[in-house]
Amino acid sequence: MPLDPVEVAHVALLARLGLDGEERRHLGADLDRILDHVSALQRADISDVPETAQVGTLVNVWREDVPAGSLSQEQALANAPDTDGEYFKVGAIQE
Amino acid sequence: MSSAGLTAAAMAAALRRGEVTPQELLADARAQVSRLDSSLNAFLALTDDLADRQAERATEMLRDDRLGAGPLCGIPVALKDVLCVEGYPTTAGSRILENFRPPYTATAVQRLLDGGAVPVGKTNCDEFAMGSSTENSAYGPVGNPWDVERVPGGSSGGSAAAVGAGMVPISYGTDTGGSIRQPASLCGVVGFKPTYGRVSRYGLIAFASSLDQVGPFAHTVEDAAVAYAAVAGNDPRDSTSVIDAVEDPLSALRDGVRGMRLGVPREYMGDGLEAGVRERVTEAIRVLEELGATVEEVSLPSTELGLSTYYIIAPAECSSNLARYDGVRFGMRVERPSLTETYLRTRDQGFGNEVKRRVMLGTYALSSGYYDAYYRRAQKVRTVIAREFDTVFETVDALVCPTSPKVAFTTGAIQDPVEMYLNDALTIPVNLAGLPGISLPCGFSDELPVGLQVIAPRLQDARVFRVAAAYEAATEWHRHRAPLVAA
Repeated sequence: MPLDPVEVAHVALLARLGLDGEERRHLGADLDRILDHVSALQRADISDVPETAQVGTLVNVWREDVPAGSLSQEQALANAPDTDGEYFKVGAIQE
Repeated sequence: MSSAGLTAAAMAAALRRGEVTPQELLADARAQVSRLDSSLNAFLALTDDLADRQAERATEMLRDDRLGAGPLCGIPVALKDVLCVEGYPTTAGSRILENFRPPYTATAVQRLLDGGAVPVGKTNCDEFAMGSSTENSAYGPVGNPWDVERVPGGSSGGSAAAVGAGMVPISYGTDTGGSIRQPASLCGVVGFKPTYGRVSRYGLIAFASSLDQVGPFAHTVEDAAVAYAAVAGNDPRDSTSVIDAVEDPLSALRDGVRGMRLGVPREYMGDGLEAGVRERVTEAIRVLEELGATVEEVSLPSTELGLSTYYIIAPAECSSNLARYDGVRFGMRVERPSLTETYLRTRDQGFGNEVKRRVMLGTYALSSGYYDAYYRRAQKVRTVIAREFDTVFETVDALVCPTSPKVAFTTGAIQDPVEMYLNDALTIPVNLAGLPGISLPCGFSDELPVGLQVIAPRLQDARVFRVAAAYEAATEWHRHRAPLVAA
């Protein structure tokens, strides 16, 4: 079932991708093609398979809470597109 | 005479004998880069002052045993541009990180620096490591050293080409679905993907965190083993780092394959293979048999589902990981009056097509109403694929098969995304199951390199090197260099 343009626009907004109409058409067609390919998954027999979060044998790791050095404010702000010297600066959040 | 094209082992021996200095090796590496990189585009940035400092440090270390020289002390290396080096540009091949300078260094890189390795520069790659040809880099495609009109494979194409062109004897890449092994195969070099969790991901720019793994490129299996050992081992800064001690990958290197049971998965020798690849790999398997291994056909029935599973799980993880590129704390920002508009424009202009495609796909697969049918199901199929490997490893010690279904293709030849994804059909299942795998040269088809893949059970990284080393010792392919290396 092909993705309709409204659905593509919805996913683009969820993904915070400001696509133009042309890009939405292209990506929508690509997604159709890929989703068609991955539909093979629907045929897999997974009846005896437990919910999977990982396939290794990792277990949760804990450590003592030891104070250690971290980035200075200056380092943390060094790559910011805009700051007021102490904080990250962004445009209005409420519209 | 230039040291270009020599192995790291040969360079290390010359350094220890005092026949060459780290500065001379670095100068040779730079000369090779400056001669060839205008046509290859393997490097995005040179880390000149860091390299000079490290060469000086290596000189001291080689003079004084107490200074902790590692096996790569004084050896020029290159780093895929997804590995953070404090203060040096790290772009991940993306516009969105064009001016980013990391405030800290990746653990793998720190281990190299501590041992005296000399990082020449950062290598080109597909944007955020998403691709199989390095054509998705925002900074232009990379040429294959065997034919510059062809792709080097990807996503670690710059790292593979840098070794293939004799610029450095060792480089590092990352492998999420084949991004070390496939370019190694296409560039005629060795590429090793360790067991998931063997090398720390701290300071690695994340693509798909449950699959990403750092590993080396080299001319020989021994060099790759040394380069792997130099960065492997537990790191408390990566919660998925394996705690078990690393088995010395050099320990079994000369043990041979006599008495070993090797499996050839039927599904990896199917119709999708080019004839030349099938012939070379079949010959390579015969060599292993002549060396005393028993070879039998085995079956991994869900191999075909690997690609579909991967193309849900990897995009799902990437859509989440790449949410951080929002133009607020680092990276590019396209300023708009409202914050939402700023996000939309920043990400539209900062990301390239393949990244957008995967972010869209992942967001879709995780969105309400589709999560069960796609992500949840793909995760379960991942378990099925891992179990099938477990089952065959009850009867065989390792698997041997092709790395890539085809040799290097012409830049621009593949436009369809699904056709491009098929390049990784034989490497992806290894990532899904978290296993170690290597690609090593096993001959040529139409004068282009073919790679043999060796796969072993989880944590049996040393066994991968053992099988690969036995094949390499019996053949001469690892001595071949692309003609442009010496030109």
